Amino acid sequence: MKEDTEWTMEIHSRSGWFNIDLAELWRYRDLIVLFVRREFVAVYKQTILGPVWFLLPPLFTAIVFAIIFGSIARIPTDGQPPVLFYLAGIIAWTYFSNCMTATSNTFIANSGIFGKVYFPRLVIPVSIVIVNIFSFLIQFGLFLIIYLYYLISGAPISPNIWLCLVPFLLIQMAALGLGMGILVSSLTTRYRDLTFALGCGIQLWMYATPIVYPLSQVPHQWIWLISLNPMTAVVESFRFAFLGSGMIQSWQIVLSLIITAFILFLGILFFSKVERSFMDTV
Amino acid sequence: MKIMSEIVIKVENISKLYRLGIISHNTLYQDIQSKWARIRGAEDPNTQIDQLNSGLKNNECECFWALKNISFDVRKGEILGIIGRNGAGKSTLLKILSRVTAPTEGKIKIKGRIASLLEVGTGFHPELTGRENVFLNGAILGMTKQEISEKFDEIVAFAEVEKFIDTPVKRYSSGMYVRLAFAVAAHLEPEILIVDEVLAVGDAKFQKKCIGKMGEVAGEGRTVLFVSHNMNAVKNLCRKVILLEAGNLVYEGDTHTGIAQYVNEDRIETTTLDEEYLNSIMTGLILERNPTVRFQQITISDMSGNERATFRSDEEIKITMRYRCYTKVTNLRLLITVLDSEGNRIMNTLNYDDESQVSKNELNPGVFTSICTFPKNLFGENRFYLSFSMINDYIEHINIEKGMYFDILFYSMSSYSEKLYEKTCIRPLLKWTTYVE
Repeated sequence: MKEDTEWTMEIHSRSGWFNIDLAELWRYRDLIVLFVRREFVAVYKQTILGPVWFLLPPLFTAIVFAIIFGSIARIPTDGQPPVLFYLAGIIAWTYFSNCMTATSNTFIANSGIFGKVYFPRLVIPVSIVIVNIFSFLIQFGLFLIIYLYYLISGAPISPNIWLCLVPFLLIQMAALGLGMGILVSSLTTRYRDLTFALGCGIQLWMYATPIVYPLSQVPHQWIWLISLNPMTAVVESFRFAFLGSGMIQSWQIVLSLIITAFILFLGILFFSKVERSFMDTV
Repeated sequence: MKIMSEIVIKVENISKLYRLGIISHNTLYQDIQSKWARIRGAEDPNTQIDQLNSGLKNNECECFWALKNISFDVRKGEILGIIGRNGAGKSTLLKILSRVTAPTEGKIKIKGRIASLLEVGTGFHPELTGRENVFLNGAILGMTKQEISEKFDEIVAFAEVEKFIDTPVKRYSSGMYVRLAFAVAAHLEPEILIVDEVLAVGDAKFQKKCIGKMGEVAGEGRTVLFVSHNMNAVKNLCRKVILLEAGNLVYEGDTHTGIAQYVNEDRIETTTLDEEYLNSIMTGLILERNPTVRFQQITISDMSGNERATFRSDEEIKITMRYRCYTKVTNLRLLITVLDSEGNRIMNTLNYDDESQVSKNELNPGVFTSICTFPKNLFGENRFYLSFSMINDYIEHINIEKGMYFDILFYSMSSYSEKLYEKTCIRPLLKWTTYVE
C-alpha cells in the first residue's frame, strides 16, 4: 500500500483561521474571466439603453448635489466648478459602493450553484469587482467629456502627475470594496439583518467621505478621524489628480492603504472560514 | 492472489451534524442579547420554552446526524454505487466529498482531482451561446480553458448540437440543453468523478450513451462514485456498493447482495398479524359471546409469497386475509383502507363493490382466505398504513385500525420525476395522449 504522503487533498472537519488558498484562486483564473463575461453579457444583452443606465444616476446626483450643497448650503468646492467637483467624487464612490453592495450577498445569491459544485468561492466576488470596472469606465467617460469641456472653457483646473496614480486608486477601491463586501457577505450568512444595515451604512459612509465637501473644509481637530476612513484619501487623491486642488498628505495615503489591506485581509479570512460550512445554514 | 489497485479515496470516520430549525438566532441583536444574558448569568431571553422544560442546553437542541462515523475506501478504477433511501445520507456524503460542505468530524483523503456532477448544467446562463456555456460550465467544474478547447468538438458531437452551438441556449429545447450540459460533465477528465442521478437526463437512447460513457471512464482507470435510485443502472455499472441507512453505513460489498439488502431490508416491520394480536386490537361492533367471524391472520407479501413490507413501486403487493366463519355468514364484506402517514384515508377497496353481488355471497362455517392484490405502479414513494374491516351485515363489524404499514420505494429511470413527485401517495401509470393542434 502506498504511503499517506501521496494524498493530493485532505478534507478535514476543522479548519484553522489561516486556511486561505490563493494559489487555488489563481488556478481558477479562467473561471474568473468567464464569470466576468457572463455577468457582462447578462447585463448588456437584455437592455436596449444598456450603458445609459450607468450614466444617468451619477449625472443627476452631481446636479442635485450642485444645487443643494453648492447653491443652497454653499459648501465651498475648493474653487472648482461644482458639477465637476461632485462628479469626480461620485464616480469614484459609485465604483466602490457598487463593488461592496454587489459582493455583499455573494453567499446568499449564489447558494444554488455553491450547493452543487466546488470552486474557490472567492471567484464570484472577484469577478463582480472586475465586471464593475466596465460601468466605472462608462461613467469615467462621461466625467472626461465634462472635464474636457471645463478644461477648454478655461476653468481653474490643473491636471497633474498624480493622474498616473488613477489606475492604482481604482485597484485600491476594488480591494476595499471587495474586502468590505465579502466581510459583510460572510456575516450575513449568519446575521441576515446585516443586509438592511448595509444600505444605511453605505449612505452614512458616503457622507463621512469628502464627496459633497472638500477635505480642506474639515475642522482641523477632526482630520485624524476622517483620515481613518480609507475612502477619504482615495477620493481626495482622485480629485487632486484631475483638478489639482485639495489637501492630501502622504501619511493619509499610507494610512488608507494600511486600512484597506487590513480590511481585505480580514474579509478573506472570514470568507474562507464561512465558505466551508455556510451551505448548512442557508 | 488478486492484485488490489491502490486506494484513491479514504474516508475515515466521517460524521455530519445538522442543526434543525433555528440556526443560532439569525439576528445580530438577539445574539448579543443572549450573550449579554449569559455574561450576567441571567436566563437567555431567546431560549425556547420547550427547551427549558426539557432541560436541554441551548446548543444541544434539535440536532441530527446526517452521517455517523462512516468509513470506507475506494480503489482506483472502481465504480462504487452508493445506495439508500431518501434521507439516508447519500447526498450529504457526496456534498462532503465534493467539498460543497465540510464534515463535522473525521477526514477524507483523496488522491487525484475530484469533480462532481451533483446536477448537470450548473452555471448555465440562458443568454450565453452553447459555446460560451460549455466553457463556463467546464471551468466551474474545474477544467482549464485549454482542456475545454481540446475537448470541445468531442463535447459538441456527444451532445448532438453542432448546428446550434453559437445560438444562445435559451433557444434550445430542454433536451438539447440537458444533453449539452451532460456532455460537458461527461468529458471532464478528473481522476475521480462523482455522479448523482444524472442518468435522469434525456431519452432512453441518450441514457444508454451516458451509461456507456461512465463505463468507459472507469475503464480508463478513473474512479466513479455513483449515486442512484435506479437499481438497474447500479447493477450494470457497479461491482461494489455501499448501503446507507439513517446516516449509518450498513453494508459494503458486492452489488447484488447490497441491492438485495436495500430492497428487502427487514427492519422492525410487521408482515404478519396473528390471531391473538388481531383479537387484542380489534374494535367495532363485536359480539363477545357468539362470534360470527374473526380474523385469523393478515399477511403482506410480494407476489411470490415472500413476506415483506418494503416494495418497489413496480411490484405488486399481495394482502392475504385468513378468517374463520363460526356460523353461516351472508353479506360478508371485507374492506381494506389505505392511509397515508398522517392518517388521511386515501383509498378503500372492498371485496364487492356491487351491493347486489354481496347478498349472493354465502359462506359456511370454516376458514377462508381472501387475497387482495394492489397493482403495480399505483403508489408513490411513501409509507402507507393499512386498516382492515370485516362486516357481517347487521351482526358484527370488526375493525383493525392501522394494523400494519408498508413502504414504497420509487423505482424509475428518472430522478427528475422522482424529485417532482416525492412524497406523493398515488402515482398511477395512466394513459397519456399528446397531439399537435
